[in-house]
Amino acid sequence: MADRAQFTELAMEHMPSLYGAALRMTRKPADAEDLVQETYLKAYRAFESFQEGTNLKAWLYKILTNTFINRYRAEKRRPELTEVDDIEDLYLFRRLGGLEAAGAGRSAEDQVMDLFTDTEVKEALEALPESFRMAVLLADVEGFSYKEIADIMDVPIGTVMSRLHRGRKALQRALVEFGRERGLVG
Amino acid sequence: MTGFEDEFSERGCDEAIHTLYHYLDGELTTERREVIRRHLDDCAPCLEAFDFEAEVRVMISVKCREEVPETLRLRIAAAIQHEERQPGPGA
Repeated sequence: MADRAQFTELAMEHMPSLYGAALRMTRKPADAEDLVQETYLKAYRAFESFQEGTNLKAWLYKILTNTFINRYRAEKRRPELTEVDDIEDLYLFRRLGGLEAAGAGRSAEDQVMDLFTDTEVKEALEALPESFRMAVLLADVEGFSYKEIADIMDVPIGTVMSRLHRGRKALQRALVEFGRERGLVG
Repeated sequence: MTGFEDEFSERGCDEAIHTLYHYLDGELTTERREVIRRHLDDCAPCLEAFDFEAEVRVMISVKCREEVPETLRLRIAAAIQHEERQPGPGA
């Protein structure tokens, strides 16, 4: 059992990551702030049920996700995103013509980092349907394992994998579009 | 088209590309991971593709970083302080 007096000390450090996720999910700063505040209040009230020694960040994300679904979920329809199944593997890589085309003579890290702006990456992510966006956020931005994502989103691991598979393809498709607009992609 | 189709023609390329994300996600068994790792040692096109995808993930994560507005920090701290003064459920 966790002690409420420790809550602030343990939970506050996760606020930047929770706020980032809230922004991507709500797409509005005012709603994101409300979502994070509500998440922290709920977490504080329920902190006695948090099992010490388990992953606090994952527990906070679970509360954030549930709160988002109950309060802000805008999508009535649940798109399946099956159309991306036609997109080939390594779509972005192939469209860009590999690392060489991205900027010769520089490290792979620098080359990829400069391909897209913050705004483009955020827009590409925010364009994904909610359940896919959340899966990609949890995996690619926060680095949670499939098992942790399954617990946070309350879905089977197989569902996590298919949402990640399709969500990442759709994200790459959106990035390729930005690349095309800027002439990076032929 | 870019001509990468011809490069990914070694034995094991299909499997490597198919399991690329599971590999990067750290979700392969030790044995499968070792098979892929050995393939990457020998296959420059696959290694380049894996590096690229790993860097794309770093880029996404870095570009999505946000700073918490100070007003929100203060609001949450105040809300929790207010809660602390309320009797808890067991009190």
